[in-house]
Amino acid sequence: MMAEKILKLASDNGIMIFSKSSCCLCYAVQILFQELHVKPNIYEIDRDPEGKEIEKALMRMGFSGPIPAVFINGKMVGSTNEVMSLHLSGSLIPLLKPYHQANVS
Amino acid sequence: MTTPTARFAPPSTMGIYHISPWDDAFEGHIMVAAEAETILNNKSENTSDKSLEDNSEGNQASKDNSEKIQRRLAQNREAARKSRLRKKAYVQKLETSRLKLARLQLELEQARLQGLLTCRSTASFEIYGPMNSGIAAFEVEYGNWIDEQDRKISELRNVLQLPVSEPELGMMVQNVLSHYRNLFRMKRDVARTDAFYLVHGAWKTSVERFFLWIGGFRPSTLINVVMPQLGLDEQQVVKVRTLRHSCVQAEDALSLGVEKLQQTLAQGFTYIAAGAGNYGAEMLSSLEKLESLESFVLQADHLREQTLDRMSRILTTHQAAKALLIFGEYFQRLRALNSLWCGRLKPQQPSYFPHYDIE
Repeated sequence: MMAEKILKLASDNGIMIFSKSSCCLCYAVQILFQELHVKPNIYEIDRDPEGKEIEKALMRMGFSGPIPAVFINGKMVGSTNEVMSLHLSGSLIPLLKPYHQANVS
Repeated sequence: MTTPTARFAPPSTMGIYHISPWDDAFEGHIMVAAEAETILNNKSENTSDKSLEDNSEGNQASKDNSEKIQRRLAQNREAARKSRLRKKAYVQKLETSRLKLARLQLELEQARLQGLLTCRSTASFEIYGPMNSGIAAFEVEYGNWIDEQDRKISELRNVLQLPVSEPELGMMVQNVLSHYRNLFRMKRDVARTDAFYLVHGAWKTSVERFFLWIGGFRPSTLINVVMPQLGLDEQQVVKVRTLRHSCVQAEDALSLGVEKLQQTLAQGFTYIAAGAGNYGAEMLSSLEKLESLESFVLQADHLREQTLDRMSRILTTHQAAKALLIFGEYFQRLRALNSLWCGRLKPQQPSYFPHYDIE
């Protein structure tokens, strides 16, 4: 049930990062995406009354953090580990291409 | 410490005398006492019998004997008292020695840990004081890791000067990469206990610490150090440059994340100082934020591991072997520089650097 809510949010927004307002690692991933000229949507689960359930659902889905939990094009990418691995292997940028915005600094 | 109880005289007549190795002479006294007591008891029985038969001569003789016996008993009591005092002093000496031994063992352990690391971990003892066992174990393991690393680097150096089969060289490369992975595993275990220990690079030499980035080497440094000397072809150059670019972007993102952590912590304290925040709540929130430091250290190590892995895929086996040799020697030189640095300090400096070993 919560998983559906999560997937709906993810598919509605091209690049989705589930985060917490206090999470600095989430901030780091955000910075990386901005560096790659994309603007991710940030959903701060600690501002959602169902935040705890969302966190549990993300864990069940297999996110190692569980936050930051990154979705691209509605599909699960992973937490910081996966994002970094993808980037070093050169596979992240192709995934982000459809969302590339030249004016994002 | 077990003490044998008296082996002579039945307890009912004399009480228990504890015989200990420190006073063999005492045994003589006990025997005399035992005999004396028995004789006295017999005498008193005998005298009562004899007195009916023979008075004058028997009485005089028994009186002399009785005096001698009394003297002996007095001497015996004196000897026993002295023996008890000696025993007390002996036990006290043993206790003091035991405490001294325990203290010496602790000092030895600490010196051994520092000695194992020579100049590697100069500040860790001052900063961390009595180390917890997880960190102590790590430092010992790291000492072994360095020794093993030095051996592997020598092996690489030798093997690269000889004609060697590709599979054999490939095995050596995998072996060295696996050794690095061991280090990252060791660090993962420490990160759980104390992320600050890793962030400060406490186990490294001062010179290495100068170049520290979130608890270890900067991954892009690896690429910069080895790249010029590998004879890369055009395709490889493009791939390595792309890898380096991605690496730098990832490093910058993590660095900014750590800075954000510092900022939000400082902000929390400012709120408290300005009377705007609740002390308890802010402290709790700060504590939670500090815990995220572990994640940053793990991510930094993950980046190091990934960089090593990606490089080994871009390079040929021979190039990879050379790269690992160059990279290994780079750190050996940093450590050697540190030894020289330690050695140049004048003797009257405080004992921050107790070891002047040249590696």
